[in-house]
Amino acid sequence: MANVTLRVNGRSQTIDADDPNMPLLYALRDNLELHGPKFGCGLGQCGACTVIVDGNAVRSCQTPVSQVQGREITTLEGLGSPEQMNKVQAAFVAEQAAQCGYCSNGMIMSATALLAKTPKPTEAQVRQALAGNLCRCGTHVRILRAVMRAANA
Amino acid sequence: MNQMMFGRRQFLKGSGALVVAFAMADGLPALAQNVAAQKSLAADAVDSYLVIERDGKVTLYAGKVDIGTGARVAYRQIVAEELDVPIDRIAMIEGDTALCPDQGGTGGSTGIVNGGMQIRQAAASARQALLVLAAKSLNAPSAELSVADGVVRARDGKSAAYGELIGAAHFDVKLDAKAPLKDPGQYKYVGQPVQRPDLPAKMTGRHTYVQDLRLPNMLHARVVRPVAIGATLADVDESSIANIPGARVVRIKDFLAVVAEREWNAVRAAKALRVRWTGGGGLPGSDRVHAAIRTAEIARNEDLIKEGDSAGTLRSSTRKFAATYEWPAQSHASMGPSCALADYKPGSLTVWSSSQGTHGLRRNIARDLSIPVEQVRVVYMDGSGSYGSNGSDDVACDAVLISRAVGRPVRVQWMREDEHGFDPKGPPQLLDLRAALDASGNIAAWETEAWLPENTPNLRSRPMLAFLAAGIPQPVGQSVAQVQGNAYPSYELPNMTATVHWLKSTPLRPSNLRAPGKPGNVFAIESFMDELAAAANRDSLEFRLAHLKDDFGAGLLKRVADKMNWKSRPSPNRGTGNVLLGRAISYVWYKHMDNRMALGLEVSVERATGKVRVTRIVAAVENGLMINPDAVKNQVEGNIMQAVSRTLWEEVAFDQSGVTSVNWASYPILTFPDAPAIEVELVGSPRDKPLGAGEAASAPVPATIANAVFDATGARIRRVPLTPARVRGALVSQRQT
Repeated sequence: MANVTLRVNGRSQTIDADDPNMPLLYALRDNLELHGPKFGCGLGQCGACTVIVDGNAVRSCQTPVSQVQGREITTLEGLGSPEQMNKVQAAFVAEQAAQCGYCSNGMIMSATALLAKTPKPTEAQVRQALAGNLCRCGTHVRILRAVMRAANA
Repeated sequence: MNQMMFGRRQFLKGSGALVVAFAMADGLPALAQNVAAQKSLAADAVDSYLVIERDGKVTLYAGKVDIGTGARVAYRQIVAEELDVPIDRIAMIEGDTALCPDQGGTGGSTGIVNGGMQIRQAAASARQALLVLAAKSLNAPSAELSVADGVVRARDGKSAAYGELIGAAHFDVKLDAKAPLKDPGQYKYVGQPVQRPDLPAKMTGRHTYVQDLRLPNMLHARVVRPVAIGATLADVDESSIANIPGARVVRIKDFLAVVAEREWNAVRAAKALRVRWTGGGGLPGSDRVHAAIRTAEIARNEDLIKEGDSAGTLRSSTRKFAATYEWPAQSHASMGPSCALADYKPGSLTVWSSSQGTHGLRRNIARDLSIPVEQVRVVYMDGSGSYGSNGSDDVACDAVLISRAVGRPVRVQWMREDEHGFDPKGPPQLLDLRAALDASGNIAAWETEAWLPENTPNLRSRPMLAFLAAGIPQPVGQSVAQVQGNAYPSYELPNMTATVHWLKSTPLRPSNLRAPGKPGNVFAIESFMDELAAAANRDSLEFRLAHLKDDFGAGLLKRVADKMNWKSRPSPNRGTGNVLLGRAISYVWYKHMDNRMALGLEVSVERATGKVRVTRIVAAVENGLMINPDAVKNQVEGNIMQAVSRTLWEEVAFDQSGVTSVNWASYPILTFPDAPAIEVELVGSPRDKPLGAGEAASAPVPATIANAVFDATGARIRRVPLTPARVRGALVSQRQT
């Protein structure tokens, strides 16, 4: 048993990790019981597990927990709450830009990271930033509209 | 909105009335085991659907579920409308077999058409019963009563709220088919684009999907599937996971799983476990699958339609055409691998599942495990979108077997390769088409010959993987839904025959995948329509209109053509340069009875790479009464987008042993850079009956893309998916001929 201290959504928390190579996703979901980041593929192919680490959108299923000690980790929960959503979350609701919502975590995290660096992206830039985020319900058109709305908010 | 979150903490029996208390203090759904006895479940009883509490809060119990479609808000709109209560006063519980009536499985875009109309009648019946109570209580004739926001008023100003009227009693009335419905002209909630109540929680990570649920004392489990389908488990080396804390093996005959206290340890144990399998396999492989279908054993033949004399007309015709179309096996490919939890105790089994048919799953588990059905409860929880029967029922059975073996609550989530490898598949399809043109270039005869897997007679659902592997007897066979739909054109043609060769089996275990069979069938018939139009040197829109007597359908085609600025000319366009542009338009009357729709689209084709991009889609869809037009639009857009993905990219690859396309690299789907713009026009009136929302829009997409590729390049592609390699191959062989 090894202790790992993670700074998640502004709070430091120490967890037991049997394996230093355990992906961050399992620390967040299983140890810290967060619901935002989702397991989609475990292969870094779909983006459902995306979190923001030090300002960058990162695939938590491909990030060993030992590598993110002391880094600033933000999950979907850390962006906002149902009562106080961040502008990307609010735009997704305003555009009703989801069906099942399983991929929404990755969409919102990737878009939030994009807008932090590129506040006024073109639609082509948004498409490129979300190229590694898969949506199966086919809500792409609405998601693009939501990110553009957030950029103009 | 906490009431969305299945937070039944307890059932209390108030003074005769059933009171449902909601609380989410510890964030866990109730583990109540003995609630069923107190709640009516009869399909014809108002109490099964609606409970009104003293404070006027209404709870709707729906047997249908919302696995991402937005039906959740639509059902509330229906109840708000017919019951005259504000929408935010209505809570809803879906698909909990202990609490919700069995309204049949959710699928085929029938949630509103069937389930919603049943709920509408329940709400109207409840309102009628409340007015009878109010007439007595207010001492006024019921004709002189008015209702607003759950309060009944008499002309003299006296009033009574629903909660006061029903407070201490059940309705004890049956659904009344004659209970008066609101005049659509008075609709306040129905027809409005009300926002979905679940999105704020889903967009902020507060929603509890089944994948997020944790039970006290629970173990995590992963199933270890055989390398070849149907293989026998020869040997397990348990020492191979001895170094992983808490990990242990669960084996029941050929069913193999690992459990651990921590999820990651279950995941890595499943990966590390050394296992030897023998036998299994025997599949034809995806490259040979259509040849195998052509010679497969036929259970029976069926004529779907037989009008006039197609064979005689074809024999005597001098302008005859024939073509073969192939549709591949496809996966539901849910974003989230299937997940379920089970708590097996002597005398009670509770399962948490995102099944689209919780009541059916409950019956099957009880039957196959010989448990009295009343001891089994399946609680619906949201999962990743499933678009038909994905792995959600299978994983529930995995969890049940493992929980029974270890005596603790168990959570199982499939890995990506499990979902892609073992979800039941949309089956491959083969269609031969023949037609004759008359002297004026109109269709004189049409024949469809389709090879499709049969639905095994009287089989309730497909066999479950866990029970198969564990040697637990269950009814064998296959279940694929109505895959023969739209196997002949939606036009009025003389001399038309459509025959299905129903096949005993299909290589991979099948199930219903979105718009079962119809995208493949319409791919064939609407492609062949364009082949005939091109052979007659006619514009494909004009050719369709010439064969379409239905004015409404013709109107839809013209609306789409107008928006596309359609210029009449025959295909192909024969462009030059490196990027070729094409367009196409098509029409379908979904299932020949549901939605009529026209679809137009534009593509670009890169000559060098064969890459097809759909750049613009225009659709006009008949939808009748729309409870929530924005939710309907979302479904139509989603079906179109998913069908673009299925057409351009998706094919389950398999070899003799099993599926080889087990992740998003080998089973790619559409990504953002390639997502087309979609313009949807919904056509309908509140005075119409509702039509299925969504899946009809999947059906015409594949053919329309293939036709636009033909228009752009002159290459006719009769097999999906239209991958760059396949399109480039067609362009190369076109240049060589």
